[in-house]
Amino acid sequence: MRTRIVLLAAVLVLLVLPFQLGTSALTTGTFVVIAAIGATGLNVLTGYAGQISLGHAFFLAVGAYTGAKLGEDLGWSAALWIPAAGVVAGVFGALVGPVALRLSGLYLAIVTLGLVFIGQHVFFNAESLTGGPQGRTFPPVVIGPFDFSAGQVLRVGSLQIDSNGLYYYLALALLAGATAFAWNVRRTRSGRAMVAVREREIAASVMGVDVRRVKVAAFTAAAFMAGVSGALYASYLSFAQPGEWSLLLSIQFVAAVIVGGMGTVAGPLLGSAVVFALPTLLKNLPFLPEEAAGGVSVSDLSSIAYGLLIVVFLVLQPRGLAGLPNQPKEAHS
Amino acid sequence: MTEFLQLLFQGVSLGATYALVALGFAVVYRSSGVINFAQGAMLLLGAYAVSWLAVDVGLAFGLAVLAATVLLALAGAAMHGLVLRRVAGRPTFVLVMITIGIGIAVTHGVEAAFGPDRRLLGDPWGSAAFQLGGVTINTVKVWGIAVTALALGAYFAFDRYTRWGLAMQATAADEEATLSVGVPVRRVHACTWALAGALATLGGLFLAGFPGAPQPALGDAALRAFPAIVLGGLGSPVGAVVGGVLIGVVEVLTSGYAPASLGTNFYAVAPYIAMIAILLVRPYGLFGVRPVERM
Repeated sequence: MRTRIVLLAAVLVLLVLPFQLGTSALTTGTFVVIAAIGATGLNVLTGYAGQISLGHAFFLAVGAYTGAKLGEDLGWSAALWIPAAGVVAGVFGALVGPVALRLSGLYLAIVTLGLVFIGQHVFFNAESLTGGPQGRTFPPVVIGPFDFSAGQVLRVGSLQIDSNGLYYYLALALLAGATAFAWNVRRTRSGRAMVAVREREIAASVMGVDVRRVKVAAFTAAAFMAGVSGALYASYLSFAQPGEWSLLLSIQFVAAVIVGGMGTVAGPLLGSAVVFALPTLLKNLPFLPEEAAGGVSVSDLSSIAYGLLIVVFLVLQPRGLAGLPNQPKEAHS
Repeated sequence: MTEFLQLLFQGVSLGATYALVALGFAVVYRSSGVINFAQGAMLLLGAYAVSWLAVDVGLAFGLAVLAATVLLALAGAAMHGLVLRRVAGRPTFVLVMITIGIGIAVTHGVEAAFGPDRRLLGDPWGSAAFQLGGVTINTVKVWGIAVTALALGAYFAFDRYTRWGLAMQATAADEEATLSVGVPVRRVHACTWALAGALATLGGLFLAGFPGAPQPALGDAALRAFPAIVLGGLGSPVGAVVGGVLIGVVEVLTSGYAPASLGTNFYAVAPYIAMIAILLVRPYGLFGVRPVERM
């Protein structure tokens, strides 16, 4: 019962948020919700199935460029290119899955890190698709009568929703879908199989879990959500260079999942709110500009604070934000 | 042929530096099971410490290197004592994320303190070079290879013949058993982190040598050394050295010979492609051992 009340309150807050925030805060909020879709995917992979991936940025990029190719170059409707972005990224995820069967733990982390570097190399050189180092434009979402281009305003009765708000609500709807999937999959056969593989791979395989299939499924699901998130992210940015899909982006997703609480349902959104909104918030702190005059750049200071916050948080609260209300009764050894 | 020898020399020189970087990763991984993503930041810190002591403070260069090595060893031990000691036993992933956080903070801390521009290293070698059979040999690279060889020799002797080295090996093999025979395991851990810091100073120093310079992007070299540690097997110091040299040579040779059709800067990803190919055949690296798993 209590869970339901909290859930209802959270949904209500998320729904009315755009009317309470200024434009810049709403932009940050939209990025957070878009990122949370991708973080939900990574949470299935890392939190449920226990597979470490630093390659999330690569799958976001695949989704983004699929969206650009289909939406802008071929003129498809967003109702098609958003799912297609997920599917193409998912196919790439399914290809990485078998590699995870051979490698474990940190070896897998470094191979997926290689995926980011090799991907960036390809994106920098595939000029016809990505625009090369100069970058390219990405299409705005247009679904039937709904046009998300900048400057367009949707009127519903007396309410006005501008393009920021539209992106926010679309991202929120997709996040709801992703979260519902993550919530439900835990209670299915494949969800339990994932947890079994995370806890003890050999025991799981002895019990009859098809480890290969579980890992491929987890990578596919994670990459699908990353692809959708990436397509939406690039569309909202409207312009991106290949450098956007860097290791730092992957690290931010990993940080979001861990800070939010691995394997929890609310974790990805909470973690994304911290990780993706924090740099913006830190840059806008009132006392920072004075120090900037002393020769130290604001972005350096915010990055220092960002790094230290991750460290302090993980040392003090290893179970993540979602673990805060349910502290274990007795301290564990 | 001359071109090949020239590239080979540069490759071995770069590889020697990667070997130092990779050894820093390997000693920490072997003792604590963590890939220290802050190692890149420590390289950066090491190079800037040398530069600051030699140029701003005005110490003799050899003295500056020595002092910087001690400082970085202390920094490494402090990282262990202040942070990683408190989170022992947490999931690997959380530990890795913590080192990433430290790396971000330290990298930007250095940039905030010294500014975004290239600095002088203050080394006596500069761009000095001599010719040997048509091959241009930079003095700083010769020193780099020599110092690396010396440092590696010292490390392996330390590891094999001293009490502390043996204690490190024992701790890596079985921490509880080692603790039960009276080895101060926590101090051993601190010692490995200090060692990683000291190695980072030497690695950073030669990465910042001609034609490089102390600059904020220096730490990225650690990312390029990742394939080296994986190739060698994460916890294997010998593997780190072999992998490091191999990756250096692969990187420089591809930069010289890769056809333009593979795209610009192909050399930067060649080590990663080599790494993935080798890992698919040998999942625990060339020298790594498959851990025994129990149900």
